[in-house]
Amino acid sequence: MASTVVEGEGIGARVRRKEDARHLMGRGRFVGDIQIQGLQEVAFLRSPIAHGHIRSLAKPQGQEAAVFFWSDMASAVTPIITRSTMPGYKLSSYHPLAHEKVRYVGEALAMCVAASRAEAEDLTEAVTFDIEELPAVTDSEAGKAADSALVHEEWGDNLCLVTNFDSGIDEVAKTAPVKVVREYRTARQCMHPMEGKGLVAYWDFQADQLVVITSTQVPHLIRTGLSECLGLDQSRLRVSPPDVGGGFGYKCLLQPEEVAVAWLAMTRKGAYRWVEDRREHLTAGANARQHHYKVTAYADERGRLLGLDAEINVDIGAYSVWPFSACLEAAQAGGNLPGPYDFRAYRARTYSVATNKPPFAPYRGVARPGVCFAIELTIDAIARAVGRDPADVRAENLVQAAQMPYTNVTNKHYDSGDYPGSLAKAREMIGLAAIRERQKGREPDGRRIGVGFSTYTEQSAHGTKVFAAWGLPLVPGFEQATVKLLADGTLEVRAGIHTIGQGLETTLAQVANQALGIPLKDIAVKLGDTASTPYSTGAYASRGMVMAGGAVSKSATELAGRVKRLAAHLMQCKPEDVDFRQGRIHAGEASLSFADIGKAWYLRPETLPEDIDTNGLEVTQGYKPDVDSGVFSYATHAALVAVDPDTGMVEILDYVIVEDCGQMVNPMIVEGQAYGGAAQGIGTALFEESPYDSSGQPLASTLIDYLLPGPTELPGFRIGHMETLSPYSAHGIKGVGEGGAIAPAGAIVNAINDALQELGAEIGQIPATPERILNAIFAAQPKQAAE
Amino acid sequence: MKPAAFDYNKPADLAAALHALSGDAKPIAGGQSLTPMLNLRLARPAALVDIRRQADLLKISEAPDAIRYGAALPHAAFEDGAVPDGTNGMMRHVAGGIAYRAVRNRGTIGGSIAHADPAADWISALLALDARVIVQGAKGETAWPLDRFMLGGFTTVLEAGDLITGVSVPRLSPSARWAYYKICRKTGEFAKAIGAVVSDPDRGVFRIVCGAIEVTPILLEARSVEAALAEIDSRLADHAPAARQLYKTAMRRALEGLGETSA
Repeated sequence: MASTVVEGEGIGARVRRKEDARHLMGRGRFVGDIQIQGLQEVAFLRSPIAHGHIRSLAKPQGQEAAVFFWSDMASAVTPIITRSTMPGYKLSSYHPLAHEKVRYVGEALAMCVAASRAEAEDLTEAVTFDIEELPAVTDSEAGKAADSALVHEEWGDNLCLVTNFDSGIDEVAKTAPVKVVREYRTARQCMHPMEGKGLVAYWDFQADQLVVITSTQVPHLIRTGLSECLGLDQSRLRVSPPDVGGGFGYKCLLQPEEVAVAWLAMTRKGAYRWVEDRREHLTAGANARQHHYKVTAYADERGRLLGLDAEINVDIGAYSVWPFSACLEAAQAGGNLPGPYDFRAYRARTYSVATNKPPFAPYRGVARPGVCFAIELTIDAIARAVGRDPADVRAENLVQAAQMPYTNVTNKHYDSGDYPGSLAKAREMIGLAAIRERQKGREPDGRRIGVGFSTYTEQSAHGTKVFAAWGLPLVPGFEQATVKLLADGTLEVRAGIHTIGQGLETTLAQVANQALGIPLKDIAVKLGDTASTPYSTGAYASRGMVMAGGAVSKSATELAGRVKRLAAHLMQCKPEDVDFRQGRIHAGEASLSFADIGKAWYLRPETLPEDIDTNGLEVTQGYKPDVDSGVFSYATHAALVAVDPDTGMVEILDYVIVEDCGQMVNPMIVEGQAYGGAAQGIGTALFEESPYDSSGQPLASTLIDYLLPGPTELPGFRIGHMETLSPYSAHGIKGVGEGGAIAPAGAIVNAINDALQELGAEIGQIPATPERILNAIFAAQPKQAAE
Repeated sequence: MKPAAFDYNKPADLAAALHALSGDAKPIAGGQSLTPMLNLRLARPAALVDIRRQADLLKISEAPDAIRYGAALPHAAFEDGAVPDGTNGMMRHVAGGIAYRAVRNRGTIGGSIAHADPAADWISALLALDARVIVQGAKGETAWPLDRFMLGGFTTVLEAGDLITGVSVPRLSPSARWAYYKICRKTGEFAKAIGAVVSDPDRGVFRIVCGAIEVTPILLEARSVEAALAEIDSRLADHAPAARQLYKTAMRRALEGLGETSA
């Protein structure tokens, strides 16, 4: 299972990323880099009020033609409405520019256009408005109360969706000898891609179509969404994504700004750009992660988990985003809370509560960072309740390797893996035994050290049935890819998924190389443009490598067969005697280059036999895994921390990741995903928070107030790999994009609580700020607080 | 997040700069605080007066009892030891801990004082050192003690036409000791709590400063660790226990560390 060094450039090889050169030289092409003659800049006037009726809106005199309200587009534009087949789900109309009401601080009221962004911002200041302020809903618990203000009056309450799941918990609740009750809270966060949202839209008169160059993970979905909102035929709409400076889920949605700016370009036939700035991101983009859990766990005297009873509240903000809706989060939370554990009694009620905050979006890990935090803290709490080491209790509760494939209590089908194996390896790498010895003594600096573990599964590339069961309006099906051998022997790979920094230009080339042996330098990967790539629902759900990788593999394998048949003719041998080595085509002593094949097909067809396969050297094939309920990656993270009981400050002394994503296509990229995800997870655990006051004002509107971890806050990650191939996917690949972000809060807060155990203190809220840690210590030791 | 329109001028000398500042204008040197305020449109002067390369503001004059530093000297000049030091290394230490190197390259000592962020390092350190802020204005030159110069968080005595031209820092005795302890959530962030101490028995000086509170840092009357902690509890009684704990810890660690930082 240990990873071995793979020669060459195919699947498993540690090759450098093809796309890095342009980015390291500053030659990427992002929305902000695009130059088009006559390009106008857009700025949005955003509501300073969280909840209110718009009484009046007025354009500055003489500037009427440069300022736009909803009333200007109402006749031509349909608001974003995300339907769902989930029973009881309530619809919201998300207007690109506010209509009648504003429902969060940052909601766009007006769109202003000028030659420069600064002048466009001047215009936003000149718009006058009167908003009659209403009481704001700022907390999911308060939002559920019968007397709460209503975000959408027509709903009658603030509950977008309530779900109930019960496999039967009553018996366990009555008889279990150990009962652990906890409450957990995770903060609202911003996703903070280095590049925010943004787009350029213009009318292309030659093609007679609207071209939208937008920073997105899902270009083909944006075409569908814009077509619906603008009433424009899809054939007259091209979405052409540029380089994208990070997505993380923030860009897997149809954005109201995309609709508004595309409408401008469609109706004015000009070119317009909007780029989100950091302040807009911090306020209008605070849209992720906020959960509240009430958990009761039942166990036996050894800490064996017998049952789990949970109430899960998600603070979904003001509207339902398209296409993933405001309720995907709660669906994922309820379904994934059981995590990698083997137990059969589970009850979960989920509440998706509308609040006067930005609309909830699926952020890297989608609900699982929250549920992992909740279940992992619960496992440790059980261990403390029965007086055993959490690592031992965790190991016994995990689904065992011999149980694979395993279908859990919420019908998640874990395809393969050795979960306790990853925990055992993490335990060894972090040095648990030595840490327990060290804890018997005192640290010379007075700090307290603690160790914590967190094991999770990451459902990846979940397919048609899974998304359909979530009731979403748009369900992924098959993934397609095109491979084309050109006349000079170089290869073009085209897929509709988009690259957002995850290295697909390299890994998809590696998959093609595996089938054909063409060197990576001769493979060009073109992604995302709706004008030139097959349909794909895009880059989300850790699906890229499984789905697009599978499609490229299938297409390249088909192309390999065609190349072999042509080569067999030219070398006068049988196709089965032909093989690819060192970037050439061999049959015994004879060999050809790929250019020889390209030349024969495109330029010298007279050299080919009459009965040649006329399908040629361009192949598009579709792919879907044999079982498409998702392939499950998993990992164990282990953190060693030092907590300063006088300041509440936490330092991560050591951090270990033992991950298994099946067949690694490029181990360096897998490691990069694990480190990058873990860095974001450390932000979740210790730093990042968008608090709101009771009137719905965001309190973190600059990076002074919203702390992101930097290099000095991050540990030197140590990683161990396991490679259990999925039985269901091409090459046994599992997705790896999200996992790193899932585990850190569980591992780190378990480590903090381990360190605080002697003080009798425990925290259940993240980020674990100095203030929260000190307050936990004060609560456990009232004398110290009074001093 | 782009600034409102402003005029930009770069006066030839200090007199011209002072003249330019008499209207609706703000001086800009390193711009490390002002530029974000401009971009957020929280500051919107009609004009910016660029004083970054004013020779008068980069001068250093040494007297037997004090060193006067030009206001436009960047933090990096102190960090790198490129300017003379009369504080047994305290200013060099404090400068090296301000934000990040990129900020220290451009940000200036005068600009930091003018911005008067209560959590900034110079405010607390210079109060402990009993420095004077030299302000040139219509009424001539005034030398302000830090705690009178600063009226509160982000508010100072500066009026239109005033310019901080320098900081005068008393020389410590060779036997003087100092300590500076700050608690930050992360490297480079503004402090949550600062404890600054200067002990110079030969000159009869013992100054303890509790900083990074929302207002002007406070000079404590206490002369011992226990008394200092008690004084913080009483003077910051309106702060949450966790916040007070941070101020007390910074102070205790500063005072306990005093012995280790002698020259």
